[in-house]
Amino acid sequence: MEKPLSKNIDPGKEPLDLKGYESTGGYQAVRKALLELEPKQVTELVKQSNLRGRGGAGFPTGIKWSFVPMAEGKPDPEKLAETLEEVDLGTRLERGGAGMAVGPKWRFAPYIDDVPYPKYLIANADEMEPGTFKDRYLLEGDPHQVVESMIVSAYAIQASVGYIFLRWAYHEAARRLRKAIQSAYQAGYLGKDILGSGYDFDLYLHTGAGRYMAGEETGLLNSLEGKRANPRTKPPFPQTSGLWGKPSIVNNVETLCNVPHIINKGPEWFKGLSLTEDSGTKIYGVSGKVNRPGVWELPMGTTLRELIEEHAGGMQNGLKFRGALPGGASTDFLIEEHLDICMDFPSVQAAGSRLGTGTIIVLDDQTCPVGFVHNLEVFFARESCGWCTPCREGLPWSVDLLRAIEDGEGQPGDLEILDELTKNLGPGLTFCALAPGAMEPLQSALKYFREDFERHINEGKCTWR
Amino acid sequence: MATIYIDGKAYEADPKKNLLQVGLSLGFDIPYFCWHPAMNSVGACRQCAVKVFQDENDTRGRIVMACMTPVTDGLRVSIHDEEAVEYRARVIELLMINHPHDCPICDEGGECHLQDMTLMTGHTYRRHRFNKRTYQNQYLGAFINHEMNRCIQCYRCVRFYQDLAGGRDLDVFGAHDAVYFGRHQDGTLESEFSGNLVEICPTGVFTDKTLKQHYTRKWDLQTAPSICVHCGVGCNIIPGERYNMLRRILNRYNQEVNGYFICDRGRFGYEFVNHERRIFYPTIKRANGEQTEIVNPDDALTYIGELISIGSPTIGIGSPRASLEANYCLREMVRPENFFAGISSQEHRLVSTALHILQNGPAPSACLHDMEMADAVLILGEDLTNTAPMMAFAMRQAVRHQPMEIPEKLGIDLWNDYAIQEAIQDIKGPLVIATPSQTKLDDIATETFHGAPNDLARLGFAVANAINAKSPQVNGLDDTTLKLVENIARALKEAKRPLIISGTSCGSEAVLQAAANVAWALRFNGHPAELAFTVPETNSLGLSMMGAGALKSALEALQNKPDSTLIVLENDLYRRSETNFVDELFKAAKSIIVIDHTQNTTSDRADVVLPAATFAEGNGTLVNNEGRAQRFFQVFVQGNGYVQESWRWLRDLMIKTGQIPSDEWQNLDEITRSMVKELPLFEALSEILPPESFRVVGQKIPRQPHRYTGRTAMQAHISVHEPKPADDLDAPLNFSMEGYKGKVPGALLSRYWAPGWNSVQALNKFQSEVGGGLHDGDPGRRLIEPSKKDNLDFYQQVPEAYHPPKDRWLVVPLYHIFGTEELSSLAQGIIGMSPQPYLALNPDDAMEIQAIEGVEVEIDLNGASFRLPVRLDAALPRRVAGLPTGLAEMPTIDLPAWSRISLVLG
Repeated sequence: MEKPLSKNIDPGKEPLDLKGYESTGGYQAVRKALLELEPKQVTELVKQSNLRGRGGAGFPTGIKWSFVPMAEGKPDPEKLAETLEEVDLGTRLERGGAGMAVGPKWRFAPYIDDVPYPKYLIANADEMEPGTFKDRYLLEGDPHQVVESMIVSAYAIQASVGYIFLRWAYHEAARRLRKAIQSAYQAGYLGKDILGSGYDFDLYLHTGAGRYMAGEETGLLNSLEGKRANPRTKPPFPQTSGLWGKPSIVNNVETLCNVPHIINKGPEWFKGLSLTEDSGTKIYGVSGKVNRPGVWELPMGTTLRELIEEHAGGMQNGLKFRGALPGGASTDFLIEEHLDICMDFPSVQAAGSRLGTGTIIVLDDQTCPVGFVHNLEVFFARESCGWCTPCREGLPWSVDLLRAIEDGEGQPGDLEILDELTKNLGPGLTFCALAPGAMEPLQSALKYFREDFERHINEGKCTWR
Repeated sequence: MATIYIDGKAYEADPKKNLLQVGLSLGFDIPYFCWHPAMNSVGACRQCAVKVFQDENDTRGRIVMACMTPVTDGLRVSIHDEEAVEYRARVIELLMINHPHDCPICDEGGECHLQDMTLMTGHTYRRHRFNKRTYQNQYLGAFINHEMNRCIQCYRCVRFYQDLAGGRDLDVFGAHDAVYFGRHQDGTLESEFSGNLVEICPTGVFTDKTLKQHYTRKWDLQTAPSICVHCGVGCNIIPGERYNMLRRILNRYNQEVNGYFICDRGRFGYEFVNHERRIFYPTIKRANGEQTEIVNPDDALTYIGELISIGSPTIGIGSPRASLEANYCLREMVRPENFFAGISSQEHRLVSTALHILQNGPAPSACLHDMEMADAVLILGEDLTNTAPMMAFAMRQAVRHQPMEIPEKLGIDLWNDYAIQEAIQDIKGPLVIATPSQTKLDDIATETFHGAPNDLARLGFAVANAINAKSPQVNGLDDTTLKLVENIARALKEAKRPLIISGTSCGSEAVLQAAANVAWALRFNGHPAELAFTVPETNSLGLSMMGAGALKSALEALQNKPDSTLIVLENDLYRRSETNFVDELFKAAKSIIVIDHTQNTTSDRADVVLPAATFAEGNGTLVNNEGRAQRFFQVFVQGNGYVQESWRWLRDLMIKTGQIPSDEWQNLDEITRSMVKELPLFEALSEILPPESFRVVGQKIPRQPHRYTGRTAMQAHISVHEPKPADDLDAPLNFSMEGYKGKVPGALLSRYWAPGWNSVQALNKFQSEVGGGLHDGDPGRRLIEPSKKDNLDFYQQVPEAYHPPKDRWLVVPLYHIFGTEELSSLAQGIIGMSPQPYLALNPDDAMEIQAIEGVEVEIDLNGASFRLPVRLDAALPRRVAGLPTGLAEMPTIDLPAWSRISLVLG
């Protein structure tokens, strides 16, 4: 079984350094893409590979990239140089602000061949969904893979600047990424005229301030700009007006890490890694009261049963499986009848949930589902940015109700209000996907475990306490 | 136009607009909070949810936010769809979770958008049984009260404050259901437009602190359409009165002038009307040194009649803060040759020059709305924030136009506010500010240029020359300035609506002439340039149009005609010129009659004082800086003493002295008719408004809302007999609740109210489209239009570059929004915001005389000497010092003037 993403990862040990990474074929994809392929060909390969976003939404990556405005043909280094000079002049004078500086602000945003300059690629490494820790595995385990994937992907959209937006708490990953970026610069994989290709790309590590919303695509962009991590409306999509109003792509870390391998080995190989129609491998994770919680790179489409029973070693002694959130805290519960579904995008959706991040949180029969959901909603209510009414006000109400029910203070009618909230905080009714995501575990818990909720209210207490 | 279907019925709609704006314009009641016609859409509150359908076969539809939905041809919408109705009620329920039920003690109660919207959606029953979140409130200064518990997080306050007004000290803090709108710590809000928060906030978070001190519900206020008197811009306002006291000022919408907003001087300066120094009774001082005695009006008039009829000539001094009618009556009474403008020679020269440029040049004057629409602006010599605050506000909107090309190119809907801002970032349209000192607008300027007035003029002349070589050349400019000139000329030529702003405040005719040359050069080259001048006072231009001479000529007249009686109209001459001069003037008069509303140094000198109405107690017309004549209506009848409009006193006096028959000039309309006949420049006045005889279905229009309470009881402690409401001889308005309550002409709108819409947002119902003009037009008439002749010559005289004599400083006037203007400076809140006198110096100049910030220096100016603390201003050119003008603590000094400055030792 091939494990392209994790082949270099040995948890508990320092990751491969530049030399070590190169010796396993590292940075070959940079060579191939920058020296042999045109940007659009890279995008085309990713399109053909049918790679879908691993951050949760599952949007086809190649298609996402193809919305970025691109100049015709090969980029013209001379024009680039000219524009750079202008931009440089502008920033220099503006910063200096010396009395009579003339010229800086008289100009509009620069364009090259009618394409806005610069463009940005951002790796979304703000992994903060409860129960999700798969990107950390890649970030800490093989930082050069992250760097290489960004260079290749940035080349595809002709981004000149990249950011890795890293969760604030991932200190170890930050240290390792910094080191990897530094050595990639020294080796000429980053910076000006990479490998003599004429392509320039600068990569920065940005550590977040610890908001879940900063992991939302557009909240991330705002946060990176130094603003509140509020989401933005779409359209316009980041591909046309993203970071600082420039064309930008935000991709999940795991998504990006697939790209060098697709370039090296081709889309057909990539499709072949999977058990189902969604291609590639997937970093799955399991948490909860199982024997061996963890993360594993497995073929896309591995079943829920295999993940829990084989890889996670089954339920702990004396506990029974009651349900699971298949893709992080913001997905609907699956229950026993769903154990044999393939963990890919369409199959999980057909079962009424989402693959999300592919990291499973297991609920056992000795844990109170009301308390379980309450705990999640406390998180979501706290992490609401406070922008739109249903999310800002509705989530705390759901928390109050769940706490009351859990404390034996539930009242008749409470479940109906919760039902209503799951609808009124649903997709399309809120500004972004946070509240609808928050409602997924709640609505499915109300569906699958309703008798538990009712018992709490009827008996005036939590039977697990 | 697109055809859209709302609940099955077809409507024409503008595809550039969003669905909410279109729906409201069509008259539908769609609730909203985060949207505002002046601020576009952000989609935060989720209150304007409606349902849209794919096509006629789609029966399910989906809920969308109307404010974020583009209007497209064939769009099918349901506002009354059951699910949409239910969702809207649920959103209100969520908003009300934490909103205190304190309406009875909330200042917003009765004019609260949240109350209106709550009723509109039908949410009535509380299901949330948990605690409400509470906040600490902040002290935000003397103008704004803060009550955060009432906040519904619509974000309009910060969006207005930062994005429109350019303020930086009001922000949103915290997250989730603990979002907080306030300052980083307690303190006075820094923006000069903070008062608009009162109207922007849909509920009672930000309320008018000055109103709070004499609180009255909206429905108990008597109101009338009025004009702000605190600068030359003439913003439209709605003052409200009860129990003989002016209680507050609200914005009055006029699309062409101030739109939705006014400045804080205009909103909070009103308290001079309630000031303890108000004059309510005629007084007579029969001989020098004798006590003044209060007399009744007839005795006062008889006494004046005697003074005048002895055969002595009468000299009249008018005022730029008095109405056209008042000035006109005085002019008629004393005859034009004896009528003077009551302003310094310099101000007279400057305003006349401005008027001349607007009357005789090809560039039209811009209204505030035009200024907002300008896409490249050159400001010559004006610190707009302090001389014409709403023009500064307009500049903040103007710099947003040119960059709009960016979102337009990206296909972003031009109402999608944050998407636009994101695409534009901090790119701003060209705005060049050339002033002596730093200005608060510098933060949005493409370039700033600081120089002595002469150098500002030279910059302007050079720009004009770069555009059209017939405008004179400027020699001796350095390379940096030349480059700047080239950039300015290019930006103005490339603009679709270039605008040149200048004015009287830096005291230089050359600056005005340079501004004219730039605008004219653009016009001659086919660019649609507009001009905007600031003028010192509310009726400066109107007075100037009467063509009277300056104060100095008044003195000459008095000296030429000994035994003259002097009549001073609403004018504290000690603010016009230096004390010695005014003393001399008064000495030259045999007797002095002052007609004014507030006691001041001039009224102290008078033999007879007649109590004049303030703008709130009388009717009249003012001509603003654009040349727009605007009418202010009497808000209330002053219950104290014998207050009436100055023009009524003068009319009475003319009757008394037999100058006119007793049935002449019975009301304002008759005076207007006479004025139009006498002074054809004012011809448009005859169509400015419906006349007094205007009626709707036979009725006048009430000044009091139909819910006005206590009418039979409010005077009961004096007399149980309900007094008959006063008659209004001048306007088709009643001082009562009686009258026509339906749609009335926009110019006669005393307040905004429509069924279900009690807040200021009821304005929606009075506009031709939401955010557009008022039904049947915006009030006011332009009196000045550009000349059509094409042989006008450019001003030819370019001043010399500034080369100060050794050891001398040119002292230029500095202005303060709070403190410079006479009447607002009587208001308690404004007093607290006014600066103490100081002298502004360039740091290098200060170093030269070994002064640092805060130390006292001695300044010799026009023969007088003062000690003032130094304030450093790095923008000031070398050898130019700035002195705040108009402050109550400072004597009047004619500026600019040469001075010597030295450190106070010891």
